[in-house]
Amino acid sequence: MSVALRTIDLAVGYRGRRTPIVVLERLNLSVKAGELVCLLGPNGTGKSTLLRTVSRIQPALADAVEIDNVESGRLSRLNLARRLRVVLTERPVVGALPASRLVELGRYPHLDWYGRLTPKDHEIVEWAIRAVAAEHLASRDCSSLSDGERQRFMIARALAQEPSILLLDEPTAFLDVPSRVQVMGLLRRLARDENLAIVVSTHDLELALRMADTLWLLAPGGKLHTGTPEDIILEGSLAEAFQAESIRFHPEERAFRLETHARGRAIVKGIGLHAVLAAAVLEREGYEVVPDGVCAIRVSVAPGSARWEVVLEDRRYSGDNFASLAEFVRGVSGKQINP
Amino acid sequence: MTFHRKRGSVVLGALAVGLIAAFLLSLALGSVWIPLNHVGSILIGNGAGENTEQVVIVHDVRLPRALTALLAGAALGIAGLQMQTLFRNPLADPFALGIASGASLGVALVLLTSGATVAGVFGSNLGLAGDALVTAASIVGAGMALSVVLALSRRVESPATVLIIGLMFGYAAQAFVTVLVAGADPGKLQSWIGWGFGSFEGVTWQKMPLFIPLILTGLAVAAATTKQLNALLLGESYASSMGLNVRRMRLVTMAGASILGGVVTAFCGPIAFIGVAIPHMCRGLLGSSDHRSLVPATILMGGIVALLAQVVALLPGLPLNAITALIGAPFLVIILMRNRRGVFTA
Repeated sequence: MSVALRTIDLAVGYRGRRTPIVVLERLNLSVKAGELVCLLGPNGTGKSTLLRTVSRIQPALADAVEIDNVESGRLSRLNLARRLRVVLTERPVVGALPASRLVELGRYPHLDWYGRLTPKDHEIVEWAIRAVAAEHLASRDCSSLSDGERQRFMIARALAQEPSILLLDEPTAFLDVPSRVQVMGLLRRLARDENLAIVVSTHDLELALRMADTLWLLAPGGKLHTGTPEDIILEGSLAEAFQAESIRFHPEERAFRLETHARGRAIVKGIGLHAVLAAAVLEREGYEVVPDGVCAIRVSVAPGSARWEVVLEDRRYSGDNFASLAEFVRGVSGKQINP
Repeated sequence: MTFHRKRGSVVLGALAVGLIAAFLLSLALGSVWIPLNHVGSILIGNGAGENTEQVVIVHDVRLPRALTALLAGAALGIAGLQMQTLFRNPLADPFALGIASGASLGVALVLLTSGATVAGVFGSNLGLAGDALVTAASIVGAGMALSVVLALSRRVESPATVLIIGLMFGYAAQAFVTVLVAGADPGKLQSWIGWGFGSFEGVTWQKMPLFIPLILTGLAVAAATTKQLNALLLGESYASSMGLNVRRMRLVTMAGASILGGVVTAFCGPIAFIGVAIPHMCRGLLGSSDHRSLVPATILMGGIVALLAQVVALLPGLPLNAITALIGAPFLVIILMRNRRGVFTA
């Protein structure tokens, strides 16, 4: 696969009054055609700055971005725009503009001075709208679309560009869960089917770990880890980058968990989904769920149902849904056990 | 998609017809009524059978007046549209960068402080020399305001900051004007207030060789940058990512719009309302923010509204500036109410 985007000792940041404020430096990154890269990192580590610099909306402090093996500084603005497209965090709400016109705006660098679209341009616009599965919304006014729908059209607008590289800055922020998964799934598919190099910054860690070919993980202090999600997990750099009090990264679950085990250990006996959910109840109430050993509370869950049973100080307590389990566990802490 | 295109051409056609009608009406109406068929034959030039008095009235008074109104209306509308798109602000108008205030300051300096000679010229029914002086002062004032704001804006990143700088400059210039007004003697105030009413009657044939090319240049800039204006609909970052040189576009647009606004102010006085309202009317009628149809519609609509305002201003005691708003505001409110969702970039 050919390298679509490469940075060589890139430094990004802002020009201060006297000295430049460097956010990130000596970045050597590359994205291949067909690769989906997720850019992860806590707030304020420079994700947006990096994307804005690579797309030349913001000047680089130390220059060297190569696009399709050509130094981007040598490309004219229009030539760069023909190869690289961004979807930014700002979501302009434009009134009185049909969504299809918004996508047509994406053809901008290819059009004549008056902005006329040829039949071929129209074809590409229609293809882009189909690619984000939004044909039924194309004639709607932009201002009447929901956040998720508008995001699809912003992506379609970027696609209509026919870029080889697509940069997206938090495209899934403000979207509900199904839309997030859909948008990421869409990007996943576009990278493969259209052989695009895609870089997405996101805070959606679990989704990124599942969907990305490569992670760029920005740790506080400007350290950058790159690699496949699984390698990054093994390295332990995820846990390091998102270090915070009372949370811990669980590699098996590929997720962060709250770490408040004030109530001691608990054991859940049972199998299947219901046992997992019972464990979730206990964790929420402050227990550390362990497979075996000494424990403060032992819950048995009947297979295939939410029936639970606890034996505590020789007395038997039971219930048949998780609400009653949660209530019981809370009661244990208050020492008001009523069988 | 096709629906919008169709609606666009219907609206543009109707506006073109409306503009011709308003233009003819403006030629026919005045101190004496000249029937439309007479107006027509005078315009074509075979006014042989007509009485010479009518020919003189149409040629020397009404034609320049109507042309001025048409061009001024179109210019203000376009300048307003450019500013609104550039600053992504529905309240921006041609004078948002302090251009009108700069022009006012120039004119106030001439009208309110100058010595007896100029006052004498004005006392004798606005002689040509004094008139030209007012125009020149206005152009100089507007030009200075423009260059100051442009110079400052080159150092500024955010368009909102540019807008605020312009507004502050306007307030400052206005403050000087207020000081001048406070210290002026009542006789001079008369001509100052008269200038503030606005009028399309001051542009005679002698001034046209300056007025027409300046306005047409400004309009041409807007017509040639519809594609760039469309790119700006999504904000400067996106426009830049599409390959637009945003800084240069900002300068070109600000200069173009300010020249349009400044020239109209210099020749016709400070004419309010048209600049801010016409773009909204056109967005409402077209149901579109696409500048490819919005620019021609704004030119036509600006011409129509200015011509109609000029016709109504023939009634005694109604200054032009009062009429543009009086007939325009209700019309605009009706259009906006019909598009409940709003037609402006939020």
